[in-house]
Amino acid sequence: MFFQQLINGLTTGSVYALIALGYTMIYGILGLINFAQGEIYMCGAFVAVLLLATGKVNFFLAFALGMAAAALLGVILERVAFRPLRGFHPLVPLISAIGASIFLQSLALLLFGPNDRPFPIQFTFSTINIAGLPVSTLQIAILAAALGFMGLLVVFVRYTTYGKAIMACALDRDTARLMGINVDRMVSLTFLVGSALSGAAGIMMAIYYNATYPRMGLLPGLKAFSAAILGGVGNIPGAILGGLLLGVAESLGAAYISSGFKDAIAFAILILVLLLRPQGILRGRGD
Amino acid sequence: MLTLKSVQAGYGRLPVLKGISLHVRSGEVVTLIGGNGAGKTTTLRTISGLLSPRKGAIEFAGQDLTRMPAERIVTLGLALVPEGRRVFRTLSVTANLELGAFHRRDKGAVRRDLEDIRERFPILKERAHQAAGTLSGGEQQILAIGRALMARPRLLMLDEPSMGLAPRMVTQVYAILAELKAQGTTILLVEQNARAALKVADRGYVLETGRIILDGTAADLRDDPEVQRAYLGKGYQEVWE
Repeated sequence: MFFQQLINGLTTGSVYALIALGYTMIYGILGLINFAQGEIYMCGAFVAVLLLATGKVNFFLAFALGMAAAALLGVILERVAFRPLRGFHPLVPLISAIGASIFLQSLALLLFGPNDRPFPIQFTFSTINIAGLPVSTLQIAILAAALGFMGLLVVFVRYTTYGKAIMACALDRDTARLMGINVDRMVSLTFLVGSALSGAAGIMMAIYYNATYPRMGLLPGLKAFSAAILGGVGNIPGAILGGLLLGVAESLGAAYISSGFKDAIAFAILILVLLLRPQGILRGRGD
Repeated sequence: MLTLKSVQAGYGRLPVLKGISLHVRSGEVVTLIGGNGAGKTTTLRTISGLLSPRKGAIEFAGQDLTRMPAERIVTLGLALVPEGRRVFRTLSVTANLELGAFHRRDKGAVRRDLEDIRERFPILKERAHQAAGTLSGGEQQILAIGRALMARPRLLMLDEPSMGLAPRMVTQVYAILAELKAQGTTILLVEQNARAALKVADRGYVLETGRIILDGTAADLRDDPEVQRAYLGKGYQEVWE
């Protein structure tokens, strides 16, 4: 049972980590918590589900288009909700983010209705034995895909010119401009990449729980936010570690304490981290 | 090559530059000296586009820079080594150098320039994979200069390159500037350390509370009694006794 809960926790944790990466990258470059990250996650899931429901699109294309739609939504959101508010008190864009989150949730409610939509493809996943322990192949697939996306992101940030330029903007905006880096473009690129990851997370959770609905982004969004804080907001490895730790803590807590406390555990961790180690377990912002 | 005409600039409502006119010709090393708060850094920030002038005009190689954003100006061949070095601390030394050439599209030439700069400043090769923040102040200054050179500037501007460095490192940094000068690099150098700056420069301007109060060849400025008293620390006693 412990092993099973560990796998459950790593599966949801890897999805939290993908969303937390969006929070942390955007915070790194803008110093802003984008509370609409959960709705970007929801948008990715809906686009993939609706495309698949037409029956004309194969799974991988729908997955890619769902990510693309989430990425586009993130870029538009930054233009409309955040860019005009640069230079204002930090609370102003934060309120704008919460507003955008409520707006997108309501819009989805209006367009798609309040009911759960099942994922339109029935995957036949089996349970295999790894070292004598039963593991679902769906969980393995989600974990592998999530880790793959994280690996791609780390490669992007560490080894590509644009990734380094994003880091430069996060570290020192004026000096980045002196290098000829257009900061606005790097901010757009950050939203693009972070939102694509959230979109992928949304699709994977829609498959895992077989449910897509307008408010689906709320709890994972808040939990991923906690994960980003836990890892040290602004810190990319921290977001990954924070997401995985939070997922495992939640799953083990639900199993050994009470499943009623499942959602409370993430927020209890958030409060503890803020009280005891507000800079996160790894140091935050740019490090 | 670079001309400033009655440039006024400041922060918020605070005026710092109250009408600065100066020029730098191709191949020259020009220094801007002055005390704390005279407006030296503000002048360089305004030329490089980080601050936009309120009045006046800035022209570089026939182009009007007055309303151009910083990220465009560097593409015209104007690079700044900022005050306090401002290396990207958590990025590697090599990544810092590569970012200096961010706007260049001639990737083959960038690769060769990277090799050249590492040949020229061996410390940047030794520390290639180290985070820039772990370098000593002097090494960071060399990195900041190397990073600016990666832009292949037609005019290199340096803001207080000797600030906070050990005397031995100051000598080393100025040896680099003398070498760049010998190769024909055009340089605009801002310094509080007037003695060092006037040694390497051809011409100079003296800046005081946002105005240019004196200009001339470096030799003339070195011999000027006012400059000697205020900035070179000579004849200090006579004035007080």
